[in-house]
This record gives sequence, C-alpha cells and structure tokens, in this order.
Amino acid sequence: MRAETRLWLAQRASAAVLALCVAVHLVTMIAAVRGGLTAAEMLARTRGSVAWAAFYGLFVLAVSIHAPIGLRTIASEWLGWRGRTADAACTIVAVALLALGARAILAVTL
Amino acid sequence: MSTLAVSVWRGGADGRFQTFMVPRLDAQTVLDVVTHIQRRLDPTLAYRFACRVGMCGSCAMTVNGEPRWTCRTHVANVEKNGKLTIAPLAHLPIVRDLVTDMREFFDKWARARGQFQPTKTRRDDVARVAPSSTGRLAIDAAIECIGCGVCYAACEVVAWNPDYLGPAALNRAWTLVNDVRDGAGRARLAAVAGDAGCHACHTHESCSERCPKHLAPTASIAGLKRATALAALRGEL
Repeated sequence: MRAETRLWLAQRASAAVLALCVAVHLVTMIAAVRGGLTAAEMLARTRGSVAWAAFYGLFVLAVSIHAPIGLRTIASEWLGWRGRTADAACTIVAVALLALGARAILAVTL
Repeated sequence: MSTLAVSVWRGGADGRFQTFMVPRLDAQTVLDVVTHIQRRLDPTLAYRFACRVGMCGSCAMTVNGEPRWTCRTHVANVEKNGKLTIAPLAHLPIVRDLVTDMREFFDKWARARGQFQPTKTRRDDVARVAPSSTGRLAIDAAIECIGCGVCYAACEVVAWNPDYLGPAALNRAWTLVNDVRDGAGRARLAAVAGDAGCHACHTHESCSERCPKHLAPTASIAGLKRATALAALRGEL
C-alpha cells in the first residue's frame, strides 16, 4: 500500500515537472529552428552548457520516473500483467530511459 | 394506444434478449415496464425492486446500454424510436434475468473499511460536530449514497481491475475518513490505498456522471488520494 501510494506520488510529481519541461522544450525548439538550423550550430549552443545539461538532465529524470509507472498500470489493466515480473520489466524500462537520456545529454554537452 | 418494443435479458451470463410488446403510458417509468412484463406477460421474469421512490437502491439495471435506477427513469427520457433494451447491471455476476449477485459490490464496502469504528462509549457525551466544519461538509456531499451499484456498473476501472474497490465503497470510506468520531483512520487509509483502491481511479468520472443521487464519487476518491499521499509522506501508511 505504501509502495503504491509512493509510486502514485512520484508519478504526479514527475508529471508536474514534465508539464514545465515539455513546454520549455517545445518553445525552445520552435524558436531555435526558425530560419534553419545546422548540427554545428546546435552543438555550438549545447557544448559546455551547464544550464542546458541541468535542464535536460531533469527532463530525462522525470521521464524515467513517469513513463515506467504509467506503463506498469497499462500492463496491469490491459494485459493483466502484474506482480514481480511486471515490476521488473518496468524497472528495466526506467533504467533504459535514464541511460539513453543520459547518453544523449553527454553526447551533445561534452 | 402506442406500444413499446422492450428487449429484456433472459437467463444467466449465457442468456439472450427476449422482446415484449408493452403498452406505452403517460409518466411511465422503466420499472413500470418491467413490472408490466412480469405481471401480465411472463411471470417467470426475475428482477428486483422495493421502494419505487428512489430510496432503496435495489432496482438499478442497464437501460439502453447505461446503468440507471429504473424506478425514477421515465421511459420518455430513454426510449429510442419506441424501443427499450433492459439488461442486468454490468460488472456483477448475473443470477437470472435482471437480477445480479451484488455480494462482491457490498463485500468491497467492508474491504474499504466502510464500517464506523466508535471511539466513545454510551457513557460519554454526544460528540459535537459543527455543521459548518470542513469534515462535516465533506461528509454531507457524499453521504446520500443508496448503494444501487450504478457507479460500479458504470466504472471502466472495475472492468479492467476486478480487485478495484469501486466508486461506492471508496465514497463510503471518504465519509468515514472525515468523521471526527471514527477511530479507524489509519487502517482505513491503508485499506483504500494502492492498486485496488483510490490510486487505481483514472478520473473518468463515469460514476459521477451516472450517479442517480448526483453524488461525485470521483471527488471523494480524489480526497482519498490526497489523504493517503499525506499519510504516506508522514510515514503513517
């Protein structure tokens, strides 16, 4: 019960973070590509930017918390897949999202 | 006199619809239609009712695909081209015809700790609860449930997660969470938290949409989510 309630809280909190992150991400993207944008220009902005890394680090963290908890519910309700194996699968998704996100951030900031 | 073509579910889960022609009357309710069928056309039809005035909660059925209290549902508001389809409530085992086995529905009230747990004895003074207090107002908004099962039949989460306690049981728990005289607070929050409890609710609001008493179980469940979240943060869950 406590675990379920904490997962629910974590998903709500990460959703609040995502609402802000997605908005900032979309606005930045639309503003940045106006008038064309090259890979070199992008990297010039992101390389060595602590602020960029911090923002997208938070974004990736929120996604890796939010998505697996949601998938766990979908697995339970639509596939009837519950219990340890479902929890393990969702943990793997969480770790994978975190690893892929972290890799992407490191690739464009370092 | 015009007639209604009424398709009525007959038999158990593997039953089928049977059509009856029923005279259309002014101010006729769906329960009047079912009663006419049983008294005049086929005495073997099984259905439940008691008070006929929207108090007892026994006559709920699926009318044209939606759960409704049949005694207060006028045919004029639900018939389509002179036709009615009447089936037992969804999400409950069918006993026969329009009668469902409501044991699971009421057992879930017990599982949600729907019983009042007194903290005083008859030798204590009567508790004073201000009508304007926050808890009492929350109770007032949720207390008029007649246990008809319409919300339970309307809830998609009940279909997806058979352990889900359902809107009515959680609504009942919420009234007790707000009752200052009750002593089972923590145990009740533990009972209603989690996958079978309030956290399974997707806020579709079908329960609030369909509740014949115009209650909002969704709001009660949201209250339970807040209460259990606070309890979890305080380490009391």
